[in-house]
Amino acid sequence: MRDIARFNLPARLLHWTIAAMVLAMLFIGVAMVTSVAHYHTLVALHRPLGIGILVLAVLRLINRWRHQPPELPSDLPSWQRQAAHTSHILLYGLMLALPLVGWAMLSAAGYPIGLAGSVVLPPILPRDPGVYAWLRPLHTVLAYTLFGIILAHLGAALMHGLIRRDGVLSSMALRLTASKTP
Amino acid sequence: MSLLNDLTGASPGLSPRGVLLRLGAIGALVAGTAGAFAYAGGWHSVGDLTQAQIVDRFEQVNGPHPGFRRNHAKGLCLVGHFESSGGGARVSKASLFATGQVTPVTGRIALAGGQPYAADAATTVRSLALRFHLPYGEEWRTGNNDIPVFPVRTPEAFYAQLLAAKPDPATGKPDPEALKAFFAAHPESAKAAALIKARTITSGFANDTFRSLNAFGFVAADGMQTPVRWAFVPEQAATAESSAQAVRADKNFLFEDFAAAVRQGPVRWHLVVTLGAPGDASADATLAWPAERTSIDLGSVVVSTTEAEASGNCRDVNFDPLVLPAGIEGSDDPLLSARSAAYSQSFTRRAGEPKAPSAVHDMPTQGAGL
Repeated sequence: MRDIARFNLPARLLHWTIAAMVLAMLFIGVAMVTSVAHYHTLVALHRPLGIGILVLAVLRLINRWRHQPPELPSDLPSWQRQAAHTSHILLYGLMLALPLVGWAMLSAAGYPIGLAGSVVLPPILPRDPGVYAWLRPLHTVLAYTLFGIILAHLGAALMHGLIRRDGVLSSMALRLTASKTP
Repeated sequence: MSLLNDLTGASPGLSPRGVLLRLGAIGALVAGTAGAFAYAGGWHSVGDLTQAQIVDRFEQVNGPHPGFRRNHAKGLCLVGHFESSGGGARVSKASLFATGQVTPVTGRIALAGGQPYAADAATTVRSLALRFHLPYGEEWRTGNNDIPVFPVRTPEAFYAQLLAAKPDPATGKPDPEALKAFFAAHPESAKAAALIKARTITSGFANDTFRSLNAFGFVAADGMQTPVRWAFVPEQAATAESSAQAVRADKNFLFEDFAAAVRQGPVRWHLVVTLGAPGDASADATLAWPAERTSIDLGSVVVSTTEAEASGNCRDVNFDPLVLPAGIEGSDDPLLSARSAAYSQSFTRRAGEPKAPSAVHDMPTQGAGL
């Protein structure tokens, strides 16, 4: 196996925590917009989970700025390198944009944004149904886009891990032990 | 080295067959994830009722009225406050029930049905929707109707009833055969309909009683949970509709009478909460609770102003019955989540539509009296 450096432990912990939360979020989201019987339960999960993702994504970006991620393998074709770069910008952008659009959209609709108990987030936009009508479908489009990019990310990660076997997948592996030095 | 190995950049140890197998496994995993997503999105269960179908049916039955609520389309906004008696502090920790607490309230009176320009009729079900503005951004939104029980027990029955009760364009009345078939399939609705039909119809909104119909839960400071239903009971004595009223030509007489009453002085309702006992149905809004259940007067809603629906007031509020402060929670009543879902769908649709003025408009709101 070709050895490449690993992401630092906070990056790996954040990656897998956020991965689980974002996937849960996308599944909750797509189910709640059609469901009648479970609508309220799912919405009540969706709001605090979204804010949790926003907070963790900000922490992750800060960590990424302070700790350079490992380089991609030098023999990776340039189009794949470019695709990896672009898809990661989109992944980070959407992780931040989806909760913010959700928060803004509920603000514009005039809903109190309850997280748990009596904790209610302040609105980040003035109440305006016209703005809500514009942000609501945007939230859906962004969510489907994020899901599509996650599928591509999953496929690419497995290509690295199972076929190229170039150490890219294991650079994000959650194993807490130090990586073997060559 | 095969072309496949070159294309995929496979590591040297992998045979072409190994690459193919692994590609297949990756494809299957990605496709499986996409399939699970589609499954969660309800693309598997064509037969299950969705929130869009409920609102579609309102549009089918009432015709298109862009910009208006799909149900309770004709309404008038109100402004006032809630004066807590302190009687509820024992059963709910919600801050608005603390002794002496005064909470700003906005709201809406309306007539059931999806026709925003229908003429007022005494027999149409009336509603009182309220929004209590608690400190720190908390809200309590509640929609209440002037009937003793709800006509259906489940969202599916509601959906079926909408169509069965659709007026025939030729006669203006529902098809009796369709109604008969609906009641045969839903005997609980037949019983509820009899109770609703037998109700006392009062002369207007101001002396009418509005009920939550659905059960909720109160949560006390010590965590004790109590099943509840509530009613807004008028301070004005209930007088029956007069025969003179029944023949009034004015299309908005119920709303205009209410606005006139408010101009003369605040209109008050007492918030009376009934405490459920073990065995009382919380998941069946067609059943009344026994009359001997304990009731508590939690305080008064005082309406001091009315306003025609306009941008930024009650017109643009979704009175979702599950917008609740800490201290009030939903119950296992399946109608609650369904109301929340359908109201949200209706709100989203009308939010983006052009607005037409309400039928109830341009009334003086405050002060001078008559």
